Amino acid sequence: MFNRSIKLTLALTLGAIALPSFAALNILACEPEWGALAQELGGDKVSVYNATTAFQDPHHVQAKPSLLARARNADLVICTGSQLEIGWLPILQQQAGNPKIQTGQPGNFEASRFVRMLEIPGSVDRSLGDVHPGGNPHIQTDPRNIGLVAEALAKRLAEIDPANVAHYQSSYKAFAERWKAAVSNWEKQAAPLRGMNIVVHHKAFAYLENWLGLQEVAALEPKPGVEPTSAHLAEVLAQLQRQPAKTVIRAAYSDGRGSDWLAERAGIPAIVLPFTVGGSERAKDLFGLFDDTIQKLLSALK
Amino acid sequence: MKMLSIPLLAALLTLPAGASAADDADLRALRDEVARMRETYEARIDALEKRLLDAEAKSASAAAVATQAGTMAAAPPAAPSGANAFNPNVSLILSGQYGNLSRDPAGYRITGFHLPGGPLGDITPQRGFSLAESELAISANVDTLFYGAAHFAIHPDNTLSTEEAFVQTTALPSGLTLKAGRYFSGIGYLNEQHAHAWDFVDAPLAYQAFLGGQFNNDGLQLRWLAPTDTFLEIGAELGRGANYPGTGRNKNGSGASALYAHLGGDVGDSHSWRAGLSLLTTSPQDRQWDDIDTAGAGVSNRFSGSSRLWIADGVWKWAPRGNANSTNFKLQGEYLRRIEDGNLTYDTQAASLGTATGSYAARQSGWYLQGIYQFTPYWRVGLRSERLSNGSVDYGANNARLLRPDYAPQRNALMFDYNPSEFSRIRLQLAQDKSREGITDNQIFLQYQMSLGAHGAHKF
Repeated sequence: MFNRSIKLTLALTLGAIALPSFAALNILACEPEWGALAQELGGDKVSVYNATTAFQDPHHVQAKPSLLARARNADLVICTGSQLEIGWLPILQQQAGNPKIQTGQPGNFEASRFVRMLEIPGSVDRSLGDVHPGGNPHIQTDPRNIGLVAEALAKRLAEIDPANVAHYQSSYKAFAERWKAAVSNWEKQAAPLRGMNIVVHHKAFAYLENWLGLQEVAALEPKPGVEPTSAHLAEVLAQLQRQPAKTVIRAAYSDGRGSDWLAERAGIPAIVLPFTVGGSERAKDLFGLFDDTIQKLLSALK
Repeated sequence: MKMLSIPLLAALLTLPAGASAADDADLRALRDEVARMRETYEARIDALEKRLLDAEAKSASAAAVATQAGTMAAAPPAAPSGANAFNPNVSLILSGQYGNLSRDPAGYRITGFHLPGGPLGDITPQRGFSLAESELAISANVDTLFYGAAHFAIHPDNTLSTEEAFVQTTALPSGLTLKAGRYFSGIGYLNEQHAHAWDFVDAPLAYQAFLGGQFNNDGLQLRWLAPTDTFLEIGAELGRGANYPGTGRNKNGSGASALYAHLGGDVGDSHSWRAGLSLLTTSPQDRQWDDIDTAGAGVSNRFSGSSRLWIADGVWKWAPRGNANSTNFKLQGEYLRRIEDGNLTYDTQAASLGTATGSYAARQSGWYLQGIYQFTPYWRVGLRSERLSNGSVDYGANNARLLRPDYAPQRNALMFDYNPSEFSRIRLQLAQDKSREGITDNQIFLQYQMSLGAHGAHKF
């Protein structure tokens, strides 16, 4: 009787703590774009948890207890890499007691390994701000990169979960077709943007600029990762007198004060781009992310 | 290339044929020569063709990759090569401070709490300029099974100590991690954090009184993370227990054990929390300290027995939508209670009323509560309030010889810090320290802490 009540208590306690689902492949995505991509490719075969939201700066996230718990149960972590998550992912790897997600294991997927990196610094020194030796990590702002990562991720999913190879292959094929059509559609829509001068808050849009032919004339952060100072903002404003820009853009998680200040004085719109899935009302999935990004950029031309 | 080469060879062949004046022998020699040349050229042409095909294949695949990537530039950079590529992560913490104390710290003691000379020296505040602890940290994966790290503290008096030097598993399944070596024990919340990650210049009074600031141990640590979506971690340690509250010992087996459980999670996007309960058990042998007895004389006493320290800890962090860049708040508190039983030998040097051994039973406790608010990027303000309780202390046969002050040491501190980046911090701390009975020490500290080298990842 005593034994039974202990068992019951234990069962209730564990039940209250909520056990994760064991049926599907557990995926911990460091950023929402990779979570969304894993969901596109995995469908009901995967259970995805996003470590961050569009309103959090993926550079500065803490190794929270909730993330440790998710890392413990993950079959696969999908991160950008290129040191974007260096402040917190190593702690998850060290403390989660999960051999699958260690660096070099199939359960550790670094998206930036599958695309061509931009802005690889010739030399690295902390006086240059938050520079990444492997190149600018914000690769998701170019949908062609998403396409490349999708291909690699589909292969990885098949490797980790061989029972569902056919599923991953067919869903990749379907996604790749839809994505290709969507990219060419976005490129058509975005044709008027080619050559448009923009100011950015953080140097987070190198891949978007490269894709659409946008010209970044200035950044509000004096050095990457350093919040805008009033002196630097004044310099940017003076620069815009000589070299006008159409808009000042920032990611959903960036503080708006700097770009609002500049927008008002330079008489240009400040645009908040979703930056990742969930960053705006329309950016509900990867397709919505770029639909909204292009529409918002086009609004600067009006 | 083949199209060009054939007419060339044809020309070579037809030219000598046109020299009809030459005799047969010459002609034969010439033909042989040409045949040899043709063989040589054909071999070279074959080789060239092969190289061309290879090159075409390579450039085609490169072009395919580049087209896929959407641009026509170089392939991804190769990983660094050479022996240096395996160098571990190295980081150095530089720290210094200026202390202005209204009262002389000489003979500093937390009233009612018996700290041995070593730890007491570590927690005694310093006046004037001083270099604080510099810390050199080296870490890397050892291989596919282990991770290793060492943290050396270089003290202002030019001594060096090993704060941590451990190896830990990365390949154990089921949420298990085993650590061996010297490490900061996982008890409480603050104990595992290095001094440069603290929010105040000094450790809380309760940590100073019960752990000598921070407890590290040589031994084994096993942690298990439960397979639940809510964070639940259980840890157990066995070790030498050479540091206060334990003592060095010459014995087989373990001199210190620790058990702890931590529970944590998120509430919405903006809140996260962790709470824990820990027990540290040590068995000090001849733990010695200096004290003043009832006759007002300086005496040296020692204690042997068992020491059990309970810690309840909690931390709650808030950041709007989980984005801590602009504003965030952290509330953190710990309650420590120590139970010590055993024998106390009074006046070991027979300097006052004569050496005497009696029983010792003490139940003492302390807590701190602190809040840190980042009100704008880079700037934080924090408040810490703390108090110790002498609880019940029974010296048995020595009750008449030793003082049992009914005094509750306390301290309040206010700090401001400026953090221009993740790697630098400048801090001002104002404190009113009443840890000594009858003495109110108003303290001003100015401190810098900077880190260079590998980007550190900090615990929650």
